[in-house]
Amino acid sequence: MASLDDLKKRISSVKSTQKITKAMKMVAAAKLRRAQENAEKGRPYSEKMNNIILNLSGGISDKESAPKLLIGTGEEKIHLCIVLTSDRGLCGGFNSNIIKKAKSYFKKILNDNKTLKIITVGSKGYDQLKRTYKDYIIEKISFKESKNINYFDADKVGKIIIDRFKKKEFDVCAIFYNQFKNVITQIPQEQQIIPLKSSEEKKDSSSEDNYEFEPEEDEILSNLLPKNISTQIFKAMLENSASEQGSRMTAMDNATRNAGEMVDKLTIQYNRSRQAAITKELIEIISGAESL
Amino acid sequence: MSNSFKLDIVNPEKSFLSKEDAIEVVVPAFEGDMGFLKDHISIISFLKPGLLKVIDATATEETYYVEDGIIEFKNNCLSVLTSNIFDIKKMDKNKVKDILTEAEKDSQNNDISDQTKYLVDQKIEVLKSLTLN
Repeated sequence: MASLDDLKKRISSVKSTQKITKAMKMVAAAKLRRAQENAEKGRPYSEKMNNIILNLSGGISDKESAPKLLIGTGEEKIHLCIVLTSDRGLCGGFNSNIIKKAKSYFKKILNDNKTLKIITVGSKGYDQLKRTYKDYIIEKISFKESKNINYFDADKVGKIIIDRFKKKEFDVCAIFYNQFKNVITQIPQEQQIIPLKSSEEKKDSSSEDNYEFEPEEDEILSNLLPKNISTQIFKAMLENSASEQGSRMTAMDNATRNAGEMVDKLTIQYNRSRQAAITKELIEIISGAESL
Repeated sequence: MSNSFKLDIVNPEKSFLSKEDAIEVVVPAFEGDMGFLKDHISIISFLKPGLLKVIDATATEETYYVEDGIIEFKNNCLSVLTSNIFDIKKMDKNKVKDILTEAEKDSQNNDISDQTKYLVDQKIEVLKSLTLN
């Protein structure tokens, strides 16, 4: 059994850990509010962008000549997966949830004998994926230096994707991120961005809006689609950062509570062994006195 | 009857400007400046670098510098999506110069396509007119 001194040391070490997790929770809570605001502020842009694209693609008369970014290359051989994760750990199941979702998708693709390419955004995703999928990772991007998520970073990722698409390096592109629902729930998402999902296209053909286009639809579309990709990535990054903070907050809250329980348990153990020691000493004194 | 319409300017980070009482908006559309009044036909177009003018019910005129973007007009609601927009009044002269030198550097580059070249030239022109004032 551990000595009294050891127990004391353990209690104080657990207490200081608790202090840290508590502080991290507070920081995450403050950051969460900001991230959530940002995510909400960013929504109108991506929604409007989506609407315009839907209206536009509905207006396209000649499907054959439509930009490749919209309709795809006509093949489905090479899949590019963009896995968006955080740069920091200690945020509960946040990263592993995305990775789990991504891995099941990877398996499906590899089972179908298709080629897989992976780009990781955020260092944690790379760390987890490099064990099994190292050969498939073609690029890793990390924005550790930039404090806040900005559109500029998302645009960089978007440009990389488009560049690779133009070089015909892949046919289908999907992104993986966590969608922020509330502080406790974040849903890992898989979203296909190239070609745009046809299910969404169908919706708009019912809306009978007659738009005038200037210049022609094709030209607007070819200008707009690359922007849309950056926008989608940006949206994913915003959602991700809100999710990360939310997830970290819950994880740290749990850790603080666990540490509290542990301190209680250790204190009881400490008191018990202290009492046991006293009793033992008393017995020794009494039996010593009796023997005289 | 009022002849105002709704104006929404959003950039990826936030809603930049929202007005219920816009009377006239002039945007630098790709094929030339375009003025919007109430009951304009539904239209989608994209922007080139230039000045975006907003006149509201109180007849105050505000001018913004935009670099790119998409506009959509529908049911008397004009949405402007742009990633780079600045209020002229709050714009620093130095900042203008910074963007200008950047743009001039871009225009020296011979690899760019005609379209990008056109956009960059537009940008330089607008920025130069800004620095003159």
